[in-house]
Amino acid sequence: MNDASVKQPTYYEEVERKGYSRRDFMKFVSMMTAFIGLENSAIGDVAKALETKPRLPVIWLHFQECTCCSESFIRSSHPIVADILLDKISLDYTETLMAASGVQAEQAMKNTMTKYKGQYILCVEGSVPMAADGVYCMIGGKTSLQILEEAAEGAAAIIAWGSCASNGCVQAAKPNPTAATPIHKLVKGKPVIKVPGCPPIGEVMAGVIVHYLTFGRIPELDKLGRPKAFYSKRVHDSCYRRPFYDAGLFVESFDDENAKKGYCLYKVGCKGPSTYNACGVMKWNNGTSYPIQSGHPCIGCSEENYWDNGRLYERASSFAGFGIEATADNIGKAALAATGVAVAAHAIATNVRKKKLIFELEKEGQKSEKELES
Amino acid sequence: MSTKYLHVHKLRRVYVWEKPVRIYHWLNVVVLLALIITGFYIGNPLAQLSTKEASDRYTMGWFRYVHFVAAYIFFFNFLFRIYWGFVGNKYANWRQFVPFSKKFYKEMWYVIRMDILMLKGREHMSIGHNAMAGFTYFLTFLAFLVQCLTGFGLYAAMSTWWFPKLFAWVPSLFGGDIITRQIHHWAMWFFILFAIVHVYLVFYHDYVEGRGEMSSMGGGWKFIEEEVFERNHHQTPNPTKDTK
Ligand code: SF4
Repeated sequence: MNDASVKQPTYYEEVERKGYSRRDFMKFVSMMTAFIGLENSAIGDVAKALETKPRLPVIWLHFQECTCCSESFIRSSHPIVADILLDKISLDYTETLMAASGVQAEQAMKNTMTKYKGQYILCVEGSVPMAADGVYCMIGGKTSLQILEEAAEGAAAIIAWGSCASNGCVQAAKPNPTAATPIHKLVKGKPVIKVPGCPPIGEVMAGVIVHYLTFGRIPELDKLGRPKAFYSKRVHDSCYRRPFYDAGLFVESFDDENAKKGYCLYKVGCKGPSTYNACGVMKWNNGTSYPIQSGHPCIGCSEENYWDNGRLYERASSFAGFGIEATADNIGKAALAATGVAVAAHAIATNVRKKKLIFELEKEGQKSEKELES
Repeated sequence: MSTKYLHVHKLRRVYVWEKPVRIYHWLNVVVLLALIITGFYIGNPLAQLSTKEASDRYTMGWFRYVHFVAAYIFFFNFLFRIYWGFVGNKYANWRQFVPFSKKFYKEMWYVIRMDILMLKGREHMSIGHNAMAGFTYFLTFLAFLVQCLTGFGLYAAMSTWWFPKLFAWVPSLFGGDIITRQIHHWAMWFFILFAIVHVYLVFYHDYVEGRGEMSSMGGGWKFIEEEVFERNHHQTPNPTKDTK
């Protein structure tokens, strides 16, 4: 740590300053420890890190997005998350939440970038439009790509918040007019943590930051670059409706008797079986509920291309390029019918074109049969 | 006496499909049927009319169980078949399937002309697979690969065994489980269409050649005309060195 950062207050000092009790602080610490998938014994480590380490300088950029990630983050179930991790003291630059604006704001970002070179965390919310030289999203006269490249240069690590930054989200849906591009495709040579979801769960977002804070390195990532602690299980694996799935009891339509009984939402399009996220465990809005619990199927918002890979309320496999009504099975049936016709046509043609051959074979056989008779 | 048999072919019994090939074939039939039926169910389960409690049933669970068991058999059966392509007889040899020689393509083109476009000319009389059939089976090998990669890739996340975990990289290659599952679903249709054409063509060859094509997958024999046998000991593509 260089001198500048040592002078920074620690998280615990900020917590105290904000009027939280030690008890609140420890609650927060144990919650975070559980969320990031650590053992009980690590509570001490997390607490110590928050007590002793100076706050992490954070630059939070907004590109093509709807700000639902920020919204989710500030509504994270524990108030300390919003107050401390995201409060203006922690965030050196974020367009939507900082007090400064205009030149001042740009200056704040510059200062952080030079002062904490190689130390700050770069959080990116939103995708980067690459079409038309990036004019679709420009801030302060610079294109998103320029801003991203400048900020990424001195970042210790990059967090791609949400589906926009992780995989492009809806603005990258075909035909992707602005060429919306996720962060990992643009930044090379820096660790990029993807935290997909539209939005991602607030606690997950906080958990990623606390992990980095505690251990000074990024959490373990899966093959798609997502933190394993939150994205290694499918929504389906922790779904409380799973017994109905296994039993074969499904909601057939949204207003039927089965829906009232709380059966599995598979047949109304639930993507839980293909979606890796922690919704079933952490839930939303202070652990109140999550889509499936409220009777709505999972739409797979944290999965790449969920907007193009089939319809939201059906599980049928779609067939891109064959029109909106084409499902794999419809096309299969059409192919089946075509094959049937082709086979029938071939059978008829065989009898016509190979008449002589078949006739000779039959004659040959009949001859033998006759001879047996005589 | 000799005039009497002038038009009657002298047939030679050739052992074409060895027992392991036949076992592989029929096991594959059973397993593929099971996979397709359970696969359709898993993709779009039927509505149940029963008043039994959820805890008393396991319908989807059983369908999936059968699907997974069948998938394992399908996989290892196919692996065995690939192995047999190296140690089995010449009709089982991998050279019958992989189009890598000019001769192979030539024969394929000939089969297309004679059996599909039905042009006039000397009939194509092969003993094992003709080149076109061999190539089609090569496509089934590829479909097998696709199904095993995507299937076990999807299965990896719910398995604790190391074997399916070997395939965990597959969904990330395609960009997630949703698309992987769709590829798995589309590829199934290949097997359905293949089965129809395959069964039809077996009928066809039995009908126009009269050499016991239908029963060959039962006993392993085909009956080959002596003159075909003499003319070309081995008409199928890419003869191995043990073919004279
Ligand atoms: S509601 Fe969705 S996630 Fe839950 S068991 Fe059914 S398919 Fe799985």
